[in-house]
Amino acid sequence: MSQFRMLVLCLVPLILAGSIAYYFQLTYGLTVTGMGREVSWGLYISNFTFLVGIAASAVILVLPYYLYSYREFRSLALLGEIVAICAIVMCMLFILVDLGRVDRVLNIIRYPSYTSVMFYDFIVLSTYLLLNIGVVTFILKGRSEIAKLLAVVSIPWAISIHTVTAFIYSGLVARSFWNTAILAPKFLASAFASGASMMIILGMITKKYTGLKIENEALLKLAEIGVFAMVCNLFLAGVEIFTSMYSANPEHVTHYLYLFFGIENYGNLTSMWWISVILGLAAVILLIIPTTRRDKVFLAISSTFILVSVWMDKGLLLIVPAYVPSPTGLIEEYTPTILEILISAGIWALGILLMAFAIRSVSRYKFVLYQR
Amino acid sequence: MLSRREFVTLTCSAILSFSLPAWMVQKVLASFRESSENPKWGIVVDVSKFGRLSYEEMLKVVEVCRREHNIPVIEGKDRIHWIWLSKLSEIFPKNLSEKSRLGDVLVPVFCNHCENPPCVKVCPTGATFKRYDGVVEQDYHRCIGCRYCMAACPYGARSFNWRDPRPYIELVNPEFPVRTAGVVEKCNMCSERIDRGMMPACVEASKGAMLFGDINKLESEIAEILNSDVFLRCKEYLGTEPKVYYLL
Ligand code: SF4
Repeated sequence: MSQFRMLVLCLVPLILAGSIAYYFQLTYGLTVTGMGREVSWGLYISNFTFLVGIAASAVILVLPYYLYSYREFRSLALLGEIVAICAIVMCMLFILVDLGRVDRVLNIIRYPSYTSVMFYDFIVLSTYLLLNIGVVTFILKGRSEIAKLLAVVSIPWAISIHTVTAFIYSGLVARSFWNTAILAPKFLASAFASGASMMIILGMITKKYTGLKIENEALLKLAEIGVFAMVCNLFLAGVEIFTSMYSANPEHVTHYLYLFFGIENYGNLTSMWWISVILGLAAVILLIIPTTRRDKVFLAISSTFILVSVWMDKGLLLIVPAYVPSPTGLIEEYTPTILEILISAGIWALGILLMAFAIRSVSRYKFVLYQR
Repeated sequence: MLSRREFVTLTCSAILSFSLPAWMVQKVLASFRESSENPKWGIVVDVSKFGRLSYEEMLKVVEVCRREHNIPVIEGKDRIHWIWLSKLSEIFPKNLSEKSRLGDVLVPVFCNHCENPPCVKVCPTGATFKRYDGVVEQDYHRCIGCRYCMAACPYGARSFNWRDPRPYIELVNPEFPVRTAGVVEKCNMCSERIDRGMMPACVEASKGAMLFGDINKLESEIAEILNSDVFLRCKEYLGTEPKVYYLL
């Protein structure tokens, strides 16, 4: 397992750097980030949103396997549950580093507020985490009937974690960029697209480096699901843009103008938006043409395209434009600082490390897998 | 098939998952009940009177608040405002013509103490809440600094302590708490003064250009004005029901 050791050696320095950066943030406050009075959420919340999607998309494996007994997803379903667990752990870390007073985080449970979407998001995320931990433990214990029960129960929770996360944004009358009913369905579509791509890449790596048996059929099925979800995502994005631009409600239009072309001299997100759209379209074309879809290299490339495109689209491109221009008409832009990027990279490294460890240890339980 | 232990665990979780939502719904319903006997404080800004003040006199309104509430003086993205001066055309862009002579008049802008405050609705810990008298208050000791309220406020009334504010306060007023880094703060309508039977500091410093009173009480001066004059409130179409009125 020398490749595994290499991976660990690459990730550990990143985690260390992230921790040191976080230490600075704890000492000096969130002033070390690029966030400010006008743009008060940034890279952390962006990554959180993206990762909730990755966690939720385990459902595209769990549902066919447990409800419809699609046998090809046998080992991928287990991987999906592991990815979900790691993604939620990363989500929670991203929320923790975003808090101003992380020492008081338990106030969410001590003084719960039943009108706050964030409270419900906390509930669904933790339930989903526990359910997935339950599924994996019971599988490894060989109690597949209980694992199946828990997995089926987790399906609606998977949908709800992402719906409730979308409600955090779409429920705000103050931010017209988010205040649209299409946000939740679009979140689900982009989540399934990014989740499928992530599983394709992960499946390829796992297949190469561990003894886990993953059929090519399964990866191709994932590619079909992924491209379908991505088409839905692009379609929903287009619907929203048409509705905003054609009805020309100025409060909606300004944010899109900022995104497409920039306002006055401010436009540090424009190129990112165009890249995200082009990558998304390219991936869709590559995945629809049968010859490129069946080609392993193209499959990997287009999956990466989708991942990157959705990470941008559901990250900075979703969070920041809602704040620019601000409700009072001010234009202040957001650029993440080095420390902020280091902390985020550290959390990603930690999540990937967790994933690698988990996948390596379950791949030794081969006998369990084939009895399911 | 199931062991006894597993059966008990599963049953308990099933019961919990049904009773918990029911209990929450009841809590939410309870939070809607409100008494109408209580006062409801509001502030009227007389735009023409305020416009006739000199610039120094206008700044005074901001300054007294700064001193009263230990607001740090910070420039740039980390700045903190409870009350600030803004052009009329900026807060009412849809009510003035482009060349309106009123456009450049400066007016004080601060938290509207909305009757339907979106910031209160979204706070996950109840650190921001509406008092019995309609003042929207912030508990600096419960706030976890998630900044959801800053996303929810349509008026940019809220500021976050991106860094420790203490070095940026010239003279600390020992009567009012100094905040720590990592919490959100905003105008509290001088609730600490209201509770002592006093007017908000900005109203007192405004030389009669701002008025404070109980909008529920018919015989109060402020109710009299609101019932007989035309006024504007910021972004009324959002349904937040601001309690700060700009009299034209
Ligand atoms: S103006 Fe903003 S901070 Fe003040 S009560 Fe309304 S929503 Fe809350």
